[in-house]
Amino acid sequence: MGKIENLDFKKSTLRKINNYLQNISYKNNKREFTVKNPSGHHALCAGLTENISVNIKGHVGYYCGGMNQKAHITINGNAGTGLGENMMSGLIHVKGNASQSAGATAHGGTIIIDGDTSSRCGISMKGIDIIVKGSVGHMSGFMAQSGTMLICGDAGEALGDSIYETIIYLAGKPKSLGVDCVEKKMNKKDIKKIEDLLKIGKIKNLNSHNFKKFGSQRKLYNFNIDNLSDY
Amino acid sequence: MCGIVGLYLKKKKLHNKLGFYLSGMLDNMSSRGPDSAGFAIYNNNDSKKYYKYSLCLNKTLSTGFEQDIKKNFKDITIKNISDHVVVYTSVAPKKFISYIQKNFSEIALVGYGRSIEIFKQVGNPKEIVKKFKLEKFSGSHAIGHTRMATESAITVDGSHPYSTGEDECLVHNGSLSNHNNLRRQLIKKGKNFDSLNDTEVAAGYISQKLSENKSMKKTLTECLTDLDGFYTFIVGTNKGFAVLRDEIACKPAVIAENNDYVAVASEFQAIAHLPYVNKSNIYEPKPGVVYTWGK
Repeated sequence: MGKIENLDFKKSTLRKINNYLQNISYKNNKREFTVKNPSGHHALCAGLTENISVNIKGHVGYYCGGMNQKAHITINGNAGTGLGENMMSGLIHVKGNASQSAGATAHGGTIIIDGDTSSRCGISMKGIDIIVKGSVGHMSGFMAQSGTMLICGDAGEALGDSIYETIIYLAGKPKSLGVDCVEKKMNKKDIKKIEDLLKIGKIKNLNSHNFKKFGSQRKLYNFNIDNLSDY
Repeated sequence: MCGIVGLYLKKKKLHNKLGFYLSGMLDNMSSRGPDSAGFAIYNNNDSKKYYKYSLCLNKTLSTGFEQDIKKNFKDITIKNISDHVVVYTSVAPKKFISYIQKNFSEIALVGYGRSIEIFKQVGNPKEIVKKFKLEKFSGSHAIGHTRMATESAITVDGSHPYSTGEDECLVHNGSLSNHNNLRRQLIKKGKNFDSLNDTEVAAGYISQKLSENKSMKKTLTECLTDLDGFYTFIVGTNKGFAVLRDEIACKPAVIAENNDYVAVASEFQAIAHLPYVNKSNIYEPKPGVVYTWGK
């Protein structure tokens, strides 16, 4: 193991820091990095492709960790809009809150948010696991296609509106369910999945019995004139 | 896009830093709005003594303005800053404003009141902040705006903040879709508008409601039903300011609050330079919820 390398916005620029982290060779010994004074900069750690770990000390702006592959990114603060957008694999852990559209369109990997997220969390997600220890805002899981959301708090209006095959496990209450999103019966596979996610998120105060399962009623899959008002 | 910022200082000893903090916030938000910028400063010192009229002069046409009003009104003090002047006088708004409109139609009254001063200009916010020497301003609270023009021209007329009532002003990130209708309705009620801008209509709407003795909270709650479109608003009065996001909440906002101040901005970047911001309570205003600070 190489020792931890410090990158500091007071001494460098966003472009230089991103460029450096995006081009770490797989042969390189350096695997651990700390980013200091991020001051809300946008697109920090976007497009990382190697199995490295980056510890960000502070709040970040939009699209942090976007398109991430393999990297483990920890944010010791809040994250702006589009956290881990279109992420493919790896892990992002936010110790504060995340803004809108966290994990939007993401294909794989895991996002853990210790606080709350605002609206449209997991919008159009395509395979990622999103663990939110707090609550999520309105229109979360909108058109979500695949993957899992585990929400320990409540959900805002229209949870899972027009949802496809993403499964949402919710411990709190939804303000309302979106079109075509319904509560579903849990099976053994669900219990196992919830337990796995609780373990990954290091959540000890809840167990699988605290959660309800929500998913698609699949009524919007084929056009039906009776559902016209729902489109 | 547009960037909006607001800063409310809770402690008097910080009041002389208001301009300094706000200039950093506006500077940063030039990335969201490079076309024009403006800011409103509230300073309640001497608010009992006189009115302040913020005017944007026209360099070629406004010659002789100072001599003229000094001749026609008693007790006039004039502060010159870039192409703006602030006139301090005990003359009441009705009399003073109609005199300006009659004799100096090329001069734009950008705001008036007992504590507000407004400055706005076309150009890059970073330069505008320098031209107006924003760093040197002091006061209790301020709001500002950097504009990326969408639905009306890049002119001083089209720049925020919009002030449509005494000591009131509004900055807006977003766009309204029913402003033409609303403008017609407000004109019928006696409101005047100087531009074709949507935000000016929202400001006029808010002033109208406040003048009907509705509270800020009630007024802004009614915005949710009467205004159609996207918006994050910061509304300033001599008492403080309020924040409202529409219920769809496409337009961002972040708030940082601690014992010393409340800071609002479109992005965290804009407030990252404020002292102890990382130890503040940082949150996003919820959609459709009215937040107010002040006395």
